[in-house]
Amino acid sequence: MHLAYPAVLSALLFCTGLYGVLARRNAILVLMSVELMLNAVNLNLVAFDVWLSRTARETLHSGQALTLFTIAIAAAEIGIGLAIVLAVYRNRGTSDIDKLRDTAEGPETAGPDTEGPGTSAAEKAEATA
Amino acid sequence: MTPAAATAVLAAPAPPGFLSPTGVEIAFLLVGLVTLGAALVSVTTRQLVHAALWLVVALGGLAVEYLLLTAEFIAWVQVLIYVGSVVVLLLFGLMLTKAPIGRSPDADSGNRWAALTVAVAAAVALVWVVVDAFRTTWIDLDGPAAGTTEVTGASLFRHWVLPFEALSVLLLAALVGAIVLSRKAKADAAAPAAPGKEGAR
Repeated sequence: MHLAYPAVLSALLFCTGLYGVLARRNAILVLMSVELMLNAVNLNLVAFDVWLSRTARETLHSGQALTLFTIAIAAAEIGIGLAIVLAVYRNRGTSDIDKLRDTAEGPETAGPDTEGPGTSAAEKAEATA
Repeated sequence: MTPAAATAVLAAPAPPGFLSPTGVEIAFLLVGLVTLGAALVSVTTRQLVHAALWLVVALGGLAVEYLLLTAEFIAWVQVLIYVGSVVVLLLFGLMLTKAPIGRSPDADSGNRWAALTVAVAAAVALVWVVVDAFRTTWIDLDGPAAGTTEVTGASLFRHWVLPFEALSVLLLAALVGAIVLSRKAKADAAAPAAPGKEGAR
């Protein structure tokens, strides 16, 4: 098999996940896009491990070991991420990352009551979209 | 490339083409198209639960790709952990945050076109570089499989024991962290607002 098949598929999946991370508003959908990006990296690791284990007689199988570690770390990451999202939802009543602007710098963030201008700007963007 | 090297390449046995007699490329291509299509629908659909379900298709397709690359242990781990637990966790998260069933018009933020520009530019650059770099590289899938459970287990427990154990500590820390993050704070329990909240739940 040509190495370009898995490599190109991996690159396209990574860019799909990149679009999802940048374009989604719900925090859980952003986490799903992060999972897609991690899976693209896993596919690359497996393909290059299969290639190198035959071509360079590499017996460490580092690609497959790193893939297993990535999968385990992704599981830990999704657990922590969902716990954070649920805590944010419990405190704020929303999981839209556009509305979490407490640490944003700029002219519109004058005090603790930044929720008003932030949400109004978000609603304006929604209305125009 | 010098002429001598060029003649050496030409004199070498003919490189395998883009298709092999076993037809594994065709299967890889078809499953890859399904995977990519499911991923695209998953990041663009406006129905939140459907996005999680299309993610199942994408992750399952990736498991089939691992099988086609003879990495069977990784494939079953992918099915177990991603399709089995991560998607279930995501669905529980969607339900616990009261995600709307049906179309939600605000699933995408306002910077969708900027995101599309960045993603398409990254895709073009990555595909160009990858195709140009590995133009003459073939994976040899014949012979003993490179990723059977025996091979993976031997390399994992012969060379990767210390990272493996460190990973278990990391998983334990993540477990404790998730519990600490998701339970109610003790300080609020003493506050007068807490009983009302408890009663409301």
